[in-house]
Amino acid sequence: MTGTLNLVGFGLAAIGPGIATGLIFAAYINGVARQPEARSVLQPIAFLGFALAEALALFGLVLAFVL
Amino acid sequence: MRDLLRSGSAGGGFVPPSSNDFELPPIFGHNIYTTKPIALVFLSVILISVFFILSSRKAAVVPSKLQFAGESVYSFVRNDLAKDVIGHEFIRFVPYLFTLFTFILVNNIFGIIPLLQFPSMSRVSFPYILALSVYLVFHSVGVRKQGFVKYFKDIMFMPGVPKAAYILITPLEILTFFLVRPLTLSLRLFANMFAGHLLLLVFILGGDHLLQGVIGLKLISPFAFGIGIVLTFFEFMVQCLQAYIFTLLAALYIAGALADEH
Repeated sequence: MTGTLNLVGFGLAAIGPGIATGLIFAAYINGVARQPEARSVLQPIAFLGFALAEALALFGLVLAFVL
Repeated sequence: MRDLLRSGSAGGGFVPPSSNDFELPPIFGHNIYTTKPIALVFLSVILISVFFILSSRKAAVVPSKLQFAGESVYSFVRNDLAKDVIGHEFIRFVPYLFTLFTFILVNNIFGIIPLLQFPSMSRVSFPYILALSVYLVFHSVGVRKQGFVKYFKDIMFMPGVPKAAYILITPLEILTFFLVRPLTLSLRLFANMFAGHLLLLVFILGGDHLLQGVIGLKLISPFAFGIGIVLTFFEFMVQCLQAYIFTLLAALYIAGALADEH
């Protein structure tokens, strides 16, 4: 089996966005639990933050293949 | 058959899925413009048109099941995406956002439809063009609403910021508006579809390869297939989410260009 060290680097780089996604959804669940009627306001914000954090991990993936 | 499907697996050993698996051969002869992703994009346009024409043709006050399905997609984009994000001028942008949402959604879901099984957005050129269209739309909306000079002045010199901070903020703002936004918009969609398809390939092809091994490996392969099936459902969620996020961000950018101050 062959491979590159790029993928190990990508695995390390994915830790940060993983923690970030966890924090975002933790905050979202906290917010909705405290004030259930705020769900519709919080949902787009939570998914937006999730998308922004996740994008970093995916850039790492793309770079792991490109470099 | 195996060689036809995967260019890398001609030898005996297991070839892990890589970006080579996304470069499909032309369908008709050597014409490079007739590949599977392009055929899928045409198919998606036909499917979307037929579905929405059929569902809106015999519109009635008491909707049929088909009309209800079509209208619930439309009302989702109109109310939850356009109205909540853009505000009182939203109705002009509903057709554009609706087209974006349905086009991306159908093309993404092709990734898990049996026999098609290729998300056309995992070829990077399609997301690039979509992001280019969003880029042109939100800048032209801003220029038309606020005038050329004021729009670009507000981007470069944000009002209400101390003068000394412009040294830092101006380059960052220019970078954000003209480079980072379109790039992240397209790469996010592309990378999600690429990674998702790769993940499914790893488990399905790995399960297939384990099945050809000794008896001990044969016993493990159902687990690989099982995880592949679970991940297919996970992919469905991601595909819907990415269509939603792409449209949400497009709406947010338009809303930002319409707002008087950033």
